[in-house]
Amino acid sequence: MNAIIVSALLGVVMMFSGIFFKNKSIIKHIAAGCLLLLLGANLLQHYEIFIIKIDTHNLLRFEKMGIFFNTITIVATLIYVLLSGKDIENTGVHVAEYFALLFFILCGVSILTSFNGLLMLFLGIEIMSIPLYILTGTDKRNLKSNEAALKYFLMGSFSTGIMLMGITLIYGGSGNFQIGQAVVSSAAGTVPNASFLEVAGLLLLFSAMCFKVSAAPFHFWTPDVYDGAPSVFTSFMATIVKVTGFYAFIRLFENQNELLGPTWKIILSFVIIATLLVGNITAVFQQSVKRMLAYSSIAQAGFMLFGLYTSNDLSKEGLLLYSAAYCLATIGIFAVLIKMKDYTLDGFNGLAKTQPVLAFTATVCLMSLAGIPLTAGFFAKYYMLASVVKAGGSLWIVIVAVLFAAVSVYYYFRVIQAMYFKEGEAETTEITQSFKVGLVFVAILILLIGALPSVLLNYFYF
Amino acid sequence: MIPLLLILIPLLSGLAVFFLKDATTSKALALGSSVITLALSLMAVSSKGVLHYDASWLPGLGGRFTLMQDGMGKMLGLLTAISFPVVFAATFKNTYQKPAAFYGLMLLTQAGLLGVFLAADALLFYFFWELALIPVYFLCSIWGGEKRIAVTFKFFIYTFIGSLLMLVGILFVYAHTADHSFALQSFYNVQLTGKQQAYVFALFFIAFAIKMPIFPLHTWQPDAYEQAPTATTMILSGVMVKMGLFAVIRWVLPMVPGAVKGHALFVIILSVIGMVYASLIAIKQDDIKRLIAYSSIAHIGLMCAAIFTQNQIGLEGVMIQMFNHGINVIGLWIVADVIEQQLGTRKFSELGGLAQKAPTLAILLVVMALANVALPLTNAFVGEFLLFNGLFQYNIWIAAVAGISIILSAVYTLNMIQKIFYGNTVEKTNNAVEIDFNVQVVLSVLVVMVLVMGVYPQPMIDLTKDTVNAIFAHR
Repeated sequence: MNAIIVSALLGVVMMFSGIFFKNKSIIKHIAAGCLLLLLGANLLQHYEIFIIKIDTHNLLRFEKMGIFFNTITIVATLIYVLLSGKDIENTGVHVAEYFALLFFILCGVSILTSFNGLLMLFLGIEIMSIPLYILTGTDKRNLKSNEAALKYFLMGSFSTGIMLMGITLIYGGSGNFQIGQAVVSSAAGTVPNASFLEVAGLLLLFSAMCFKVSAAPFHFWTPDVYDGAPSVFTSFMATIVKVTGFYAFIRLFENQNELLGPTWKIILSFVIIATLLVGNITAVFQQSVKRMLAYSSIAQAGFMLFGLYTSNDLSKEGLLLYSAAYCLATIGIFAVLIKMKDYTLDGFNGLAKTQPVLAFTATVCLMSLAGIPLTAGFFAKYYMLASVVKAGGSLWIVIVAVLFAAVSVYYYFRVIQAMYFKEGEAETTEITQSFKVGLVFVAILILLIGALPSVLLNYFYF
Repeated sequence: MIPLLLILIPLLSGLAVFFLKDATTSKALALGSSVITLALSLMAVSSKGVLHYDASWLPGLGGRFTLMQDGMGKMLGLLTAISFPVVFAATFKNTYQKPAAFYGLMLLTQAGLLGVFLAADALLFYFFWELALIPVYFLCSIWGGEKRIAVTFKFFIYTFIGSLLMLVGILFVYAHTADHSFALQSFYNVQLTGKQQAYVFALFFIAFAIKMPIFPLHTWQPDAYEQAPTATTMILSGVMVKMGLFAVIRWVLPMVPGAVKGHALFVIILSVIGMVYASLIAIKQDDIKRLIAYSSIAHIGLMCAAIFTQNQIGLEGVMIQMFNHGINVIGLWIVADVIEQQLGTRKFSELGGLAQKAPTLAILLVVMALANVALPLTNAFVGEFLLFNGLFQYNIWIAAVAGISIILSAVYTLNMIQKIFYGNTVEKTNNAVEIDFNVQVVLSVLVVMVLVMGVYPQPMIDLTKDTVNAIFAHR
């Protein structure tokens, strides 16, 4: 509750800061300070201290995992603002508005971590997505940015329409806004029987959520939107928004495995395999690192879908760890990417000589994305795989996922090769000392979580 | 405590070396650190009983930081600890660009290798298995030959696919352990049905078969050995391949004995095919490095076949031969390195009559080469005798076919010696000089070890006897 209210208020504060401060460069510092406030408010929520008490009539349900996930996203946004704040300034004129939109997105994120009904899910998705449509199109003079924004807006609205239809059908079939509530009324021990309306609604809802997290075959918007948006906002989109989408997805369908039956597993396996296939194979052929990272985020989505496949404690911890690891690594690599003048693979040639610190931290981030041990990404993938193996019976999908992970090593390591092993003059825009310090901090965090993931997970059990 | 120090010292000194600026200081620090590790390893060998180290690591996951050094661990620790000072001493006069990074990465590789040999916890084992690979990837890609980037990439991805499949296997076995832990004993005690054993065996063995390598998964090896900087090739060939053999003995044999028995014939046939095939290709080689690489496939094939015969003699032979092959092959690589450094070429067709100019080198090489052929009096003979004995007990015909590879190895080894060292000198070798003192000392030490272990191998057999007995008692 705290986070929702505070983030909305802070968004308004950021809007006004644009009026009061002529010097644009101070706004990112205000944003960082506000994020700290937001973090504090969220932590207070953890200890059940409410800033304002509002009776939500059971529409919102706050639980430890949701609050912890919220903390992860806020911390990730803080790191993002600290690292790329300068670049956000450079994208356009209305700097304060961009930060305000970021806070509104965080408001949507907070709703999505605590929804208790399909209506709030819809609200959260919309609040999260609409500012994002605007942010995608901030580079007004670039045709690609305009195209990306329009594509995202149209397809996003369309998918929200489908989601609403699904919600309506579920409501029509079961009489309330929860999934599987019709089960409650059926006799104990009998197989739950969902009406046709409910099943149709579930399918539509599933499709819409797949769109949001860019799972195949609903992923077609992702590469163009990620590529066209200004890189700073791609960084935010590909990390915080995506993992929140996943959290909402998993929260929606958790504990429903009985109701949904074996057909659910088949559909889900198909989606996972298709996502991994599309994401990994197309990423191999990309020459632009930015587009490669866009496709690779689809591939990572495939791995996160394993959290949906099983609903045991390993998958929950795995989702949290995956969110943290993926956010850190992607924010890090995008922070380096933004500083490059040339986004293609050849543009990275020889970066190790010109900017050794950047090359080293980029290597750590790429290794984390690939899943090399000693980085956070390894444990993230490990938890996902372990959760499926523990549930039993689906070893084949684990083997397929692992083979695709090996494919992903290929395209991630191509960047490392360009940086370290190829000769070239990698050109970067101006890099400050504090930027390097921030990057090293991100790299250390990735290695720390990679050696001792309990550092992160113990906070979950706090 | 000793096992932990064995890993920590190369790790910390490796990280420290990265920050040095001067080439000589980095070489000196690397050499010094590897000598300390050698001293520790000798201490480990001389101490009785199994050495342990245990610390908590991932309580939520069931992984502990557990190290164990039994006879086989001591022997392989000794091999690793001997290899690195030998390699550093023999290549002391070589110049590398960015030497601090080179020696740092070599020491990190040593830490990773020792971790693999000492880990007694499956997750820790997997960690070190991958971590041994990363420094090697950078070493080969930065300091290697012309085609190094593509070749090393192939090597890395090939090995990585195997490791990921092994991870799935580890997860599967972990899910079936009684006490939900990754500890070695828990993995040994797991009860699996025949079908499950077959899956686990397949997943684990693919990773190790790629590492050793076993035909037909060997295609990465000759190119990778050729393109890597020779100092790294010495470690790759001398120590890293033993990771595959060691892993089969430590993790596969005791865990899925039923599947081992069922697949033994298939694996042995593949190994023997690899032996003969690799030996035949070796005869055709013109490049020293490629010849030694193919010869290595043949030797490892024999050891792998002997492991799968599942009899005691074969396994004892593997234990000694792992050590012996390491020593012999490093000696051969040192010679290859010296020739390349001095004369700038590795091709036999461009060499000849080197013995007239570098007689000491010739003598030392001949001994090492005869050890490669497994002539009696050399250490390899003892190993191969036991290995063939084991193979013979399993199946006479297979042993006979495998025996062809001994003859073939004599063909290509003696051919190499003759082409390079004897006959008339050619333009390239006219100005050759005797090898440097450090290389002479190192090679002499290796030759002494070859001869001593060839005549008196009993201490090594005794060292590893407890492991062999433990494996057979368990089954």
